[in-house]
Amino acid sequence: MKLFIGFIKKEFYHILRDRRSLFILFGMPIVQILLFGFAITNEINNVNIAILDHSKDVTTQNIINKISASKYFSVNQFIEKEQDIESVFKKGKTKAVISFQNDFNQNLVKNGHATIQIITDATDPNTANTISNYVNAIIQSHVKELNKGINIEYQIIPETHMVYNPELKSVFMFVPGIMTVILMLVSAMMTSISITREKELGTMEVILVSPLKPIQVIAGKVIPYIALSVINATVIIILSIFIFEMPVQGSLILLGFESILFIITALALGILISTVSATQQTAMMISLMGLMLPVIILSGFIFPISSMPVPLQIISNIIPAKWFIIIIKAIMLKGVGFSFIWKETLILLVMTLFFIGLSIKKYKIRLD
Amino acid sequence: MSISVNHISKSYKSIQALQDISFNVNEGELFGLIGPDGAGKTTLFRILTTLLIADTGQASVAGYDVIKDYKAIRNCVGYMPGKFSLYQDLTVEENLEFFATIFKTTIEANYHLIKDIYVQIEPFKNRRAGKLSGGMKQKLALCCALIHKPKVLFLDEPTTGVDPVSRKEFWDMLKRLQQKGITILVSTPYMDEAALCDRVAFIQNGELLEIGTPKNIVKEYSKKLYNVKSDNMYQLIDSLNTFKYTYSAYPFGEFVHYTDTRDEFDIKELHSYLKDKGLHNITIEITNPTIEDTFMALAK
Repeated sequence: MKLFIGFIKKEFYHILRDRRSLFILFGMPIVQILLFGFAITNEINNVNIAILDHSKDVTTQNIINKISASKYFSVNQFIEKEQDIESVFKKGKTKAVISFQNDFNQNLVKNGHATIQIITDATDPNTANTISNYVNAIIQSHVKELNKGINIEYQIIPETHMVYNPELKSVFMFVPGIMTVILMLVSAMMTSISITREKELGTMEVILVSPLKPIQVIAGKVIPYIALSVINATVIIILSIFIFEMPVQGSLILLGFESILFIITALALGILISTVSATQQTAMMISLMGLMLPVIILSGFIFPISSMPVPLQIISNIIPAKWFIIIIKAIMLKGVGFSFIWKETLILLVMTLFFIGLSIKKYKIRLD
Repeated sequence: MSISVNHISKSYKSIQALQDISFNVNEGELFGLIGPDGAGKTTLFRILTTLLIADTGQASVAGYDVIKDYKAIRNCVGYMPGKFSLYQDLTVEENLEFFATIFKTTIEANYHLIKDIYVQIEPFKNRRAGKLSGGMKQKLALCCALIHKPKVLFLDEPTTGVDPVSRKEFWDMLKRLQQKGITILVSTPYMDEAALCDRVAFIQNGELLEIGTPKNIVKEYSKKLYNVKSDNMYQLIDSLNTFKYTYSAYPFGEFVHYTDTRDEFDIKELHSYLKDKGLHNITIEITNPTIEDTFMALAK
């Protein structure tokens, strides 16, 4: 046991004295989560829109007020003629123009329907799509209010019900994914590098000619990184709660345990990588190429698995990150308990045991 | 017998690293493995320290078989690889403490073994190992290899890249360790260090050329050896190499060591030959062979 503590102490010295890896360990997660959270989002904020109101009556005024009151839009211009629309777009600042027909209120009251045109700048199709969805939502909610208490139905309202993320906040979708990527990458890459570094510097040779058993070396390498990765996971969760106001519906303790399980999976993968690579550089390349790409592409983090071709769907099953993303999305967004995710947890556990067993078996007791 | 090597052979792909090596090292002996770079010394060390498996042959260390009982060997030997293999980002003291811990001992328990050496690096005990000078690094590495009181000590080229004064100190330490009953197998490319061993083995291209005490090895040198000197070293070697009776001629310090193909010959003949070649201040005198001359003769 003393032997073991000595080994762990040594690992901590390595980590704490190497500024570069310390930066990777703690800087990267924070930078990534902020980048993904703020920059790479599908949501819109304070988009400039222009209004073309031919009617200028009570209803149109109400709708305009509603739109400009929402934090998604700011009305920066009122135009008078259809011809102005193009010039407004050409200036580039305005992303959408909302145009009300003549006698908007009269039409609505008399005929039961009126039309609004939403003209969006589709050079950025995603944003355009989102804008029109948002505007639609605002109008629908207004129509709903109008209809309240009146027997005549003015309009058919398409029901859009968004579960778990009613505000379509993409950061809620990203956080579980980012957390997975970071934990996978940091844990696997750091351990594989730290073991191959010993090979490269020749210290592995000395360690081998000592009474240390493979399991002790591996455990000694893994435990410090478990501790650091848990800190990492905590930082990510705290950031997402306080900066992105992400709700964690489920139990934090369950989330913690599941995260530790996934961290161990990643560490076991890291050890496996180190047993097949001779230099730190190879270890890093394998970690980046072999882990990051599948984790980002095949885990359902960015692209939904259900819309993948069948062969890829099958492959995605062997990506541990897929199961972890399912688990933490369920805990964070749906607030479910363990009984709903035991199957995914079991899969992850079996994978972890498999990787640990394989890496102990592949750990070389001699030089190549 | 502390180390016994029987018909060990090892090859890497197309290169034959070791070829049918056999020798024994007695308990408490300071045994030197002498040979140029690439002779196969490191491979042999790695086989004996259980890091590599030989293709054929058998070897044992401290009575344990290097393959079957590798765990027992790893408990009782000290190994200092040729490349500096300590943690550069740990301090002197932390390195020593780490190696003491993984061998389930403490610095205090075996301090008497390393004391002579450690006092020299103790003033720098809070310095990171990577920032030590070459000589100090080797001293620290030796301390780390010794801290668990090994029965057998393997030192792979411990003095390569170390200044002459530190080299001398290092060998003095080895002598003292030997007196404490530790068997030492040391390899070196330096011939002058061979004379400091109890017995040496010459190794070249994976083959063992000669084993014996330095004295006996020198005695086996059969030819008469001459010191030749003149004002122009380069021209001298050139001229000697074209002399029809030259058996060998190679620089040795300020002289050229020369041997003749004939058993008896007249020095004057060589003298006049060299003079005709345009050399001046020529001196030729008979000299005693050293261990290096023996090696050169064997390696020829």
